[in-house]
Amino acid sequence: MKLGIGRRGLRLAAPIAIGIVFLAAWEATVRLRGIPPYILPAPTAIAQSLWTDGPSLLGSLWVTLRITLAALAAAALFGGGIALLFARSRLLELSLFPYAVVLQVTPIVAIAPLVIIWVREPFLALLVCAWIVAFFPIVSNTTVGLNSADRNLLALFRLYGASPGQILLYLRMPTALPYFLAGLRISGGLALIGAVVAEFVAGTGGAETGLAFRILEAGYRLAIPRMFAALLLLSLTGIVIYLLLDWLSRQLLRHWHESAIAPEDE
Amino acid sequence: MTMSEPVVVLRGVTKRFASGLEALGGVDLAVARGEFLSLLGPSGCGKSTLLRIVAGLAEPTTGICDLRLAGAPSKSIAAGRIGFVFQDPTLMPWSTVARNVELPFRIAGRVRAAERDRVAASLSAVGLAGFEQAYPHQLSGGMRMRVSIARALVTEPDLLLLDEPFAALDEITRLALNDDLLLLWEAHRPTILFVTHSVFESVYLSTRIAVMRPRPGRIVADLPVRLPQPRDRGVRTSAAYAAMCETVSTALAAAMAQAPAP
Ligand SMILES: Nc1ncnc2c1ncn2[C@@H]1O[C@H](COP(=O)(O)OP(=O)(O)O)[C@@H](O)[C@H]1O
Ligand SMILES: [Mg+2]
Repeated sequence: MKLGIGRRGLRLAAPIAIGIVFLAAWEATVRLRGIPPYILPAPTAIAQSLWTDGPSLLGSLWVTLRITLAALAAAALFGGGIALLFARSRLLELSLFPYAVVLQVTPIVAIAPLVIIWVREPFLALLVCAWIVAFFPIVSNTTVGLNSADRNLLALFRLYGASPGQILLYLRMPTALPYFLAGLRISGGLALIGAVVAEFVAGTGGAETGLAFRILEAGYRLAIPRMFAALLLLSLTGIVIYLLLDWLSRQLLRHWHESAIAPEDE
Repeated sequence: MTMSEPVVVLRGVTKRFASGLEALGGVDLAVARGEFLSLLGPSGCGKSTLLRIVAGLAEPTTGICDLRLAGAPSKSIAAGRIGFVFQDPTLMPWSTVARNVELPFRIAGRVRAAERDRVAASLSAVGLAGFEQAYPHQLSGGMRMRVSIARALVTEPDLLLLDEPFAALDEITRLALNDDLLLLWEAHRPTILFVTHSVFESVYLSTRIAVMRPRPGRIVADLPVRLPQPRDRGVRTSAAYAAMCETVSTALAAAMAQAPAP
């Protein structure tokens, strides 16, 4: 490509340029039309709120983040584990998978009040809600991956007298790894959404308040710039989680999977 | 060649799939120790099915398949006594070349210095010394096929089954691998069952050719190949080679004429 900055540069520069144009237009519209900050705050007002409320918002972010990461870890562990059980027993897969689907398609906002009643400990209740949202992509992806082993490789393993455990360990699990990681990347975002939704439902939920509750609170008080600041932090967190999982996936697959092998001509 | 003790004996082997398709309709075949037998026939005539039955990967519907491998219990699959090479290299993309070739040992639960030496020897026998730590995606199609052959050879099998191993390769690579396979066969003399749909390849490589017809799959001609051994590229231009190709082509055409139109 003969663009001077190259593809990598363009990948960064293009969205940043769009962002700057968008922010400038936003600021200009708010100022020229005199829109009050409780309807739509200007980007500079949001930045200012981010600066003054930053420390306390970051504290709340840490609460939400802890729930998110714990839910994601639990989803990876149990999601992967359930998929492995499914791989060992077709009967188990056939009998349990539909219930995983039921759990997935039932909106979390509808289940969250029940979970909060049943699980008394607030942190645990939110964790369960986030986990319910996050675990399905991992279970379903990993199950597909475990069943995607190459037929001829399977025949070869049988020819050499491999046990079911060896086939799982040496063939089906490596085959499933890219599927599992793709599920994990989806689940990262979902765990955050699950944590936020559950917090919205739960309200304050004990001594510590997460970012979702701060958004609600800012809304009640018409502190809209702070609401935007909290939203911004949530989005940034989601992006960082995605980028980290994407990086992890590339590291683990870089030697062999098409999705992660570096293109030769760069 | 006189018929020494057979390694593979098939008697009245038929295969009918659940779909009702009759893939094999009564195959009798005896393969002698050290023989290089080609199964030649159009695609869909049941060559792969036959090979899978010999490997123990599929059961015949009727008839028997008897393997007499040295030091192997008669009935069960003789792990490590059979090597199998598919049309695709069938490598584990997440493993290095060495780890791929080492697979039979890893499954058997012993990978020690002696086994690592065998892996290295097997790789250098197919001309891939120095590529131990490469990943399959870093290799050309021909090199991947060599890895696949090295893996099949690493246990020094008595019986080597190859299912159109070179069909997906370009002509130049294919000829080179033909010669390499002949060298490996001459060095260790495993019994080889080689599936192909190329007349020229089967004549160049084999000591005997079984011609098959489709629907249902059957062996309709059994032709010894009496060309000088060891073979080299000079054979390909000899009159005897041309005459044998002619004979085999005629047998194949006759087989096709008997079969119902595809
Ligand atoms: N698992 C299977 N189920 C049903 N039909 C099959 C199966 N495997 C192969 N066949 C059919 O059996 C016939 C012989 O197949 P195959 O042995 O692969 O032939 P070849 O290797 O000579 O091309 C073909 O018509 C094929 O479609
Ligand atoms: Mg075939």
